[in-house]
Amino acid sequence: MIQNDFQKGLRHGIPIALGYISVSFTFGMMAVQKGLPPWSAVLISLTNVTSAGQFAGLDIIANHGSLIEIAMVQLVINLRYALMSLSWSQKIDRSVGLPGRLLIAFGDTDEIFAVSSAEPGTLGLNYMLGLIIGPVIGWTLGTALGAMASEVLPDAIRSALGLAIYGMFIAIIVPPAKKDKAVRVVVGIAVALSCALTFLPYLNNISSGFAIIICAVAASAYGAWRHPITVDNGIQGPSPADTDAAAEPDKQDTPQGGDTR
Amino acid sequence: MSTPTLLMYIATMAIVTYAIRAIPLVFIRRDIKSVFIRSFLYYVPYAVLGAMTIPAVFFATQSVISAAVGLIVAVILAWFDRGLLTVAAVACVAVFITEWVMTMI
Repeated sequence: MIQNDFQKGLRHGIPIALGYISVSFTFGMMAVQKGLPPWSAVLISLTNVTSAGQFAGLDIIANHGSLIEIAMVQLVINLRYALMSLSWSQKIDRSVGLPGRLLIAFGDTDEIFAVSSAEPGTLGLNYMLGLIIGPVIGWTLGTALGAMASEVLPDAIRSALGLAIYGMFIAIIVPPAKKDKAVRVVVGIAVALSCALTFLPYLNNISSGFAIIICAVAASAYGAWRHPITVDNGIQGPSPADTDAAAEPDKQDTPQGGDTR
Repeated sequence: MSTPTLLMYIATMAIVTYAIRAIPLVFIRRDIKSVFIRSFLYYVPYAVLGAMTIPAVFFATQSVISAAVGLIVAVILAWFDRGLLTVAAVACVAVFITEWVMTMI
């Protein structure tokens, strides 16, 4: 089954775009505070579309670091995208050719990847472009707003929007975790490691991008070792037993299904 | 800082980041057979999301309390299989209301 509805992609991108606006708003403000012209902040967001890497890059630019340094830092912080891109290489439909893949690669962010992973079946170009366009606009627009004026959004609204991305993550994690113990175990390990890497002395010196790589690799490797997925369609979607776990909520055969949009 | 220098920085960031994203997607076209790797890739999104959500969510709003309320609301809605947009929007409203109530008391 191929998922290839542009409008559905657009809808799925809305929560990501909202979350991005609030995060990139901060990026725009910080960039201007560090002495960068607003246009450059917007250009960074439009061409990079990544949070941790951009914030780190900002510091290096402000401190007149070398190009080698900025390249190395981007490589380490953003290496996790290679992991997601590898996963996509198995999930993007074979009908998508080289130009399509080059376009889709541009939208490889944690959030877009996560939402696309929750879709059953393979992913088509239309769905992916729909999914990517909103977040990219949101990310760029938020940066522009933040760079131009910090008082565009009241604090209370910005604060509330800060939760949008995480609410969406929860909506992706919880349904499969409810049904599949292996997913619960993997998420539990990732969360425990993430807390350790945030709060424990020495460990918290590890950059946030690298921390995510450690959490993802360790927890997923443990899951793959202890709970290998059965079946031939693992990457295309979870095994038949829990197909509806990773299926999109509104497609599920639940009483609540269908009324969520 | 001169504009050309700034553009060099931005171009370097953009090229490195894009290369990381594009190379696996463009060059790996075959199905991966290994059960371990397939299982590994199946778990990656959940692990990434779990690690990105906790503890970061608690610092995403103006107060840890409003974030916790938003998180709990999101988990409850997600437990009952509500859609992404619904969960995200209602959690945001919960944060907004919580912070409004906190300013009242």
